[in-house]
Amino acid sequence: MITEEDVIQIAGLADLSVPQGELTAFTGSFNAILEYFDILDTLEIEGSLERKLFNVFREDEVTESLSQEDALKNSHNPEEGYIRAPKVV
Amino acid sequence: MAEEFQVIIGLEVHCQLNTKSKLFCGCSADFRADAPNTHVCPVCLGLPGALPVLNKKAVEYALKVAKALNCTIPEEGEFCRKNYFYPDLVKAYQITMGDDPLAIGGYIEIEDDAGNPKVVNLTRIHVEEDPGRLVHMGNKERGYYTLVDYNRSGIPLIEMVTEPEMSSPKEARRLLNKLRATLEYLDVFDPEKEGSLRVDANISIKGHERVEIKNITSYKGVEKALTFEITRQKNLIRRGGRIVRETRHFQEGKGTTTSARSKETANDYRYFPEPDLPVIRVADWVKDIELPELPDARRDRFMSQYGIAVNHARTLTGDLKLAEFYETIAPVGAALAASWTADILMGELNYRDMHVSEVAGHADQFAELIGLVRDKKITDKAGVEVLRVWLDALHTEAKSEAPSAIVERLGLARESGESFRGIVEAILEKNPQAVADHKAGKKGALNFIVGQVMKETKGKSDPREIHAMISEILGE
Repeated sequence: MITEEDVIQIAGLADLSVPQGELTAFTGSFNAILEYFDILDTLEIEGSLERKLFNVFREDEVTESLSQEDALKNSHNPEEGYIRAPKVV
Repeated sequence: MAEEFQVIIGLEVHCQLNTKSKLFCGCSADFRADAPNTHVCPVCLGLPGALPVLNKKAVEYALKVAKALNCTIPEEGEFCRKNYFYPDLVKAYQITMGDDPLAIGGYIEIEDDAGNPKVVNLTRIHVEEDPGRLVHMGNKERGYYTLVDYNRSGIPLIEMVTEPEMSSPKEARRLLNKLRATLEYLDVFDPEKEGSLRVDANISIKGHERVEIKNITSYKGVEKALTFEITRQKNLIRRGGRIVRETRHFQEGKGTTTSARSKETANDYRYFPEPDLPVIRVADWVKDIELPELPDARRDRFMSQYGIAVNHARTLTGDLKLAEFYETIAPVGAALAASWTADILMGELNYRDMHVSEVAGHADQFAELIGLVRDKKITDKAGVEVLRVWLDALHTEAKSEAPSAIVERLGLARESGESFRGIVEAILEKNPQAVADHKAGKKGALNFIVGQVMKETKGKSDPREIHAMISEILGE
């Protein structure tokens, strides 16, 4: 059962604030999503969890990177090739 | 009243593996000299739809380390997402390993502060991606902001976690030196690259809460950070205060630690399995990995092959480049070469903030210098003088001058004692008190006289010869 405090904490970890009026709605949505897992829990999965896919690798080979110009296309107001972000310390 | 404070230290060491490409994409890992955000692609920028694929070489390197450190490789390893929100992480999570790491257990042998062998156990080794690099900008007037360079984002790291089994900052330093040397011998990382080995330390006083120190970027700073932190914690306890469980940042310049804001310490990473990466099953690769000669084995070989003392052997094998350097010059005389390298050269290098790699290309000249000392062409004292001149020229002008040429140029060739008889007699005459002290049986009185002669002859005289001559003159 997710409480309103849980929602506030989870939002806080992502640096988001939840508008006071929407807290109840978010809490309800969280709980509704988690209820789907109750349905999944009813499935018979004995023996079907064996992982058939493992050890997928690439060789240590260098491929071409993006140009700095392309890399910064989604950045607002880059500075000398760097992406600008708000103050963090 | 004696107070008992038992110090408990554990380390988390991050090492950048020197693969050609990043951990999950083909961007070049050789980024240090290049402009920001030029070694990036949709994968290491975390763009929608991009999928990571694991670099096989990084896993092989990590297994090599695990084997060298005596770890066990579990049947299955699994990557996880460690979630936290910070601009150095493009995806708002770091791909790392959680409950199923690459390797568990293992140990490193060091010496404790009394010089006895000590085993420090390892908890685990796992593989993870390095985050991006942040540059903090701005000022009070115009506001602060952060610049982000993702060239480092996705560089392969291994994190090696020790058990909390070290009991002094010096032990921690020795463990790091040993670990650094081992990684260098294994050829999985480049110790000369800035930030290629980074350390977090957990430290507590027994019976009190533990503190994590982050941000120790030079491994030489570890001893300093831990020493500061022990003093801080002891003083706090003595004053009746309580140690708070927290993360502190090491301020390299000041040599102090400061409390990190609680928001950054929120230890709520919500690990879950990385759905984009299949598990790894690599336990059976270990038997095919061939390890090179590691530092301890090389130390033992140096002792038996060259007949040198354990402290010399340990110093010389504590750095791969130094060990190789010594082996090239050992033919000039193993014991003399060991002493000149481990005691004299290392001291002079440290004094100049130089590394042995800067002189490695001129090993023949260093050997020539030792040969001059061995053949008594110059005195020990003049040898040190020649070494200093030689190093200064290498260091400041990148110029290599043959030691024999330096001896010639500065007139440092050893001269036989007889040519100094006049000087010796004059100095004896000028110092009747020292002579009287010597005759009265005062130990060391002659050393003063010998020192004066050495000074007067600019190191060209041999102190033993001078000693003998003084005894002869004084009729002993």
